[in-house]
Amino acid sequence: MNTAKEALESISLAIIGSGGAGAMTAGGILLEAAGKSGWHGMMNRSVGPQIRGGEAAALLRFANHPVACMSETYDLLIAIDWKNANRFAAEMPLKSDGLIIADPSAGDVPVEVSGSGATIVEIPIKDLADSIPGGRENMIATGIAAGFIGLSVDHLMAVIAASLASKGEKAITASRACVELGMEYATKQKRTFTISHPRKLESGRWLITGNEAIGLGAIRGGVRFAAAYPITPATEVLEWLAPSLAEVGGALLQAEDELASINMAIGASYGGLPSITATSGPGLSLMLESLGLATAAEVPLVVVDVMRVGPSTGIATKSEQSDLNIAVYGMHGDAPHVVVAPLTVADCLYTAQWAVHLAEAMQVPVVVLSDQSLGQARVLMEKPANLAFFAKRKVWDDAGEQPYMRYAITADGVSPMALPGTAGGQYTADGLTHSPRGTPSTRSVDQESQMQKRHDKVANFEYGSHWGLIEGDGDTVILTWGSITGPAREAIRALAAEGINVKLVAMRLILPFPLDDLMASLEGAKRILVVEQNHTGQFFRHVKSHTDLPGEVRQFHRPGPHLIGAAEISRHIRDWVKS
Amino acid sequence: MNAPTTKQFKDSDYKSDINPVWCPGCGDFHVLMSTTKALSSLGVPPENVAVISGIGCSSRIPAYTNCYGFHGVHGRSLALAAGLKVARPDLTVLAMSGDGDGFSIGGNHFLHACRRNIDMTYVVMDNRVYGMTKGQPSPTTEPDWDSALSPGGTGLSPFHPLVVALASGANFVAREFSGDIKGTAKTLVEAINHPGFSFVEILSPCVTFRPDEKEWKNTVHKAVVEPTDDPARAARRIMTDDGMNTGILYRGNRAPYRNKVTGKGSDPSVLEAMFEV
Ligand SMILES: Cc1ncc(C[n+]2csc(CCOP(=O)(O)OP(=O)(O)O)c2C)c(N)n1
Ligand code: SF4
Repeated sequence: MNTAKEALESISLAIIGSGGAGAMTAGGILLEAAGKSGWHGMMNRSVGPQIRGGEAAALLRFANHPVACMSETYDLLIAIDWKNANRFAAEMPLKSDGLIIADPSAGDVPVEVSGSGATIVEIPIKDLADSIPGGRENMIATGIAAGFIGLSVDHLMAVIAASLASKGEKAITASRACVELGMEYATKQKRTFTISHPRKLESGRWLITGNEAIGLGAIRGGVRFAAAYPITPATEVLEWLAPSLAEVGGALLQAEDELASINMAIGASYGGLPSITATSGPGLSLMLESLGLATAAEVPLVVVDVMRVGPSTGIATKSEQSDLNIAVYGMHGDAPHVVVAPLTVADCLYTAQWAVHLAEAMQVPVVVLSDQSLGQARVLMEKPANLAFFAKRKVWDDAGEQPYMRYAITADGVSPMALPGTAGGQYTADGLTHSPRGTPSTRSVDQESQMQKRHDKVANFEYGSHWGLIEGDGDTVILTWGSITGPAREAIRALAAEGINVKLVAMRLILPFPLDDLMASLEGAKRILVVEQNHTGQFFRHVKSHTDLPGEVRQFHRPGPHLIGAAEISRHIRDWVKS
Repeated sequence: MNAPTTKQFKDSDYKSDINPVWCPGCGDFHVLMSTTKALSSLGVPPENVAVISGIGCSSRIPAYTNCYGFHGVHGRSLALAAGLKVARPDLTVLAMSGDGDGFSIGGNHFLHACRRNIDMTYVVMDNRVYGMTKGQPSPTTEPDWDSALSPGGTGLSPFHPLVVALASGANFVAREFSGDIKGTAKTLVEAINHPGFSFVEILSPCVTFRPDEKEWKNTVHKAVVEPTDDPARAARRIMTDDGMNTGILYRGNRAPYRNKVTGKGSDPSVLEAMFEV
């Protein structure tokens, strides 16, 4: 029997089982209970290609501070069974002082797992579940995990009771018995741990995925229409929006394909409603022509791309940052538009709301480049403050200038937009080159002046400090974008503990390129490591096409699905600084 | 469906001052006339009408009306129109395009617009050719029609838009001839008034690339039977007619698409409760 639990800043654990074993449910319960205990944490999933009955693993991380990425190594692995576990082993390497909880009745621990050198602890998970009427193995596993990491049974039961409310008292009683039994076995073990000094919070906790946060940010920003064609890993944005838009008086329309969904969103926005659609790489490819239409016809629009491994169908369930090129350069002609990227799961809310604001203020399409590692991760975050971004479109009413010129050249390039129903404001929105009135034109003066107007409104907009995130100081810099912000931040934290100061510059605004802000943030930099998750260094090339970076510059990038982790980033910096 | 207002409008109130790019004698001039006539007899104010199109000669029509218009990309007029109508149920929405735009590049949207049955009217100016790109065969072109792109003809059997519309769930199906301005306007009024998705194919000659279509004025004839609400009967009639039969051929009674923006709902903050731990 142990006496004191080892206190850690961060604990990582994985629960694995074949599909239907309930590993994800167990993970969800643990994460929410951790939130009730004042911990931070996040959960990601690893699923195989099978639709059902395949393997599933819940990857969890708990910490005493906000976390924005998973760990690269694990303290604890609980196996409900070992079916297909060899497929997962590479994704959740165990620390050599880690623990493997194995049910002897499930067979030998596979060598891929035992090879880590972690200690194997045998607990008869199946027999324990069978000993309780209505007992389930994943609830035993929940209890075991909670026992090891020191979560309270009351917090667990509050979460379980709420989720099983519809199943009745019997199910709740059975789950409680399982959880208590699992905990009893775990607390008997020699080595257990817990989170050190969890911070008590005033503001309360939210449990949210990146995809949900995108949806909420959009609605907060004023979106009331969405068009949808399902695609992994973006579908949850749309499935969250469907009932949520109805709740706030809006609507979601399911389309027959992405050619339709983007045009439905453009049509709704033309009618005056802030509109959104969400997709992944294959869908964005189909949308490009119409993204150009929204640019030329000056229709506000938000297109979310939850990036996955490409090209082509790639790996639908895994993350990559490889759509920067098409998002920025994919349209034919010169098509000034905006591309932004959320930096963390919590930032999905902020960035989506900002994107709506940008789209509406400039009457321009905005592409939001999220990715699977953000979209499908569930995190505990501090309850976010309400942001001041909301849709404010410059609208023409009959008190405006007469006769109405839809594409009038204005000082800031933004022309008041008449909404259908407004008498005197009739115009035809057009993707053809047009005059200020909107009449199709082949004159070079119209092409040049309208092009300039569309360029100016985007280039001269005041993006403020939202363009990026700067943390820390020093002449060594990690320059990155989007979801790599999480591991980069973590790497910097670890390096700081070793006395190596590193500055983080993470870009949220990808297009138009925030040249002055970026250069100011890099002033005095002697070493810049550019990190991104793709094969060709798309972000680096994008940066290089606008400027030369100061000091010595190195790149670290690789394609998905193997996520770039904090330890790898810090190793790069450490080797560089020490050499 | 819009209730007629008391204010009276003239046909010319629905016409803009922009000169069409169309060739002299193009059937689309007549479609523009029947459209403005239909709208004035409906009495719906021009600013409450939206005309949405794709790309092609025929798709140039929105700017020639004095309504709100959207000249989108090739083939996607129905998607633009669907989004607009769901967002703005108060508007009268017309999608208008050509046979290439609607049945070839936009063919999939045609099927699903019929199924979805949103309350709007789709007008296809069918000239059985790609006019704008100078004379290639479209899905409705005869198999032996010779052209530079398909010498000797495509050998493909033509697409049957009215039957496809019926099979896909359109709620109102009619065929008209552009030269019959009065008859076409009358049918358009009925199409616009009919709840759900109404489809009107207007035979509209391309005098430049299909001069043979100038003959249509002699070969079209009015349907001699009453419209039915039985899609199978309507389909049988259409499949067996000579393709020149005009009039309202089907009036269905499917309930139109319901999911639309109400503008009345809770404050977004109610959505936050689900995330609280
Ligand atoms: C994506 C795309 N492909 C091809 C074209 C070229 N294009 C313009 S109009 C047209 C065909 C139009 O035919 P139809 O819809 O029958 O209209 P019509 O000109 O006969 O009225 C084509 C192929 C285009 N504009 N966009
Ligand atoms: S090419 Fe044919 S369809 Fe186009 S405007 Fe001329 S006559 Fe009309």
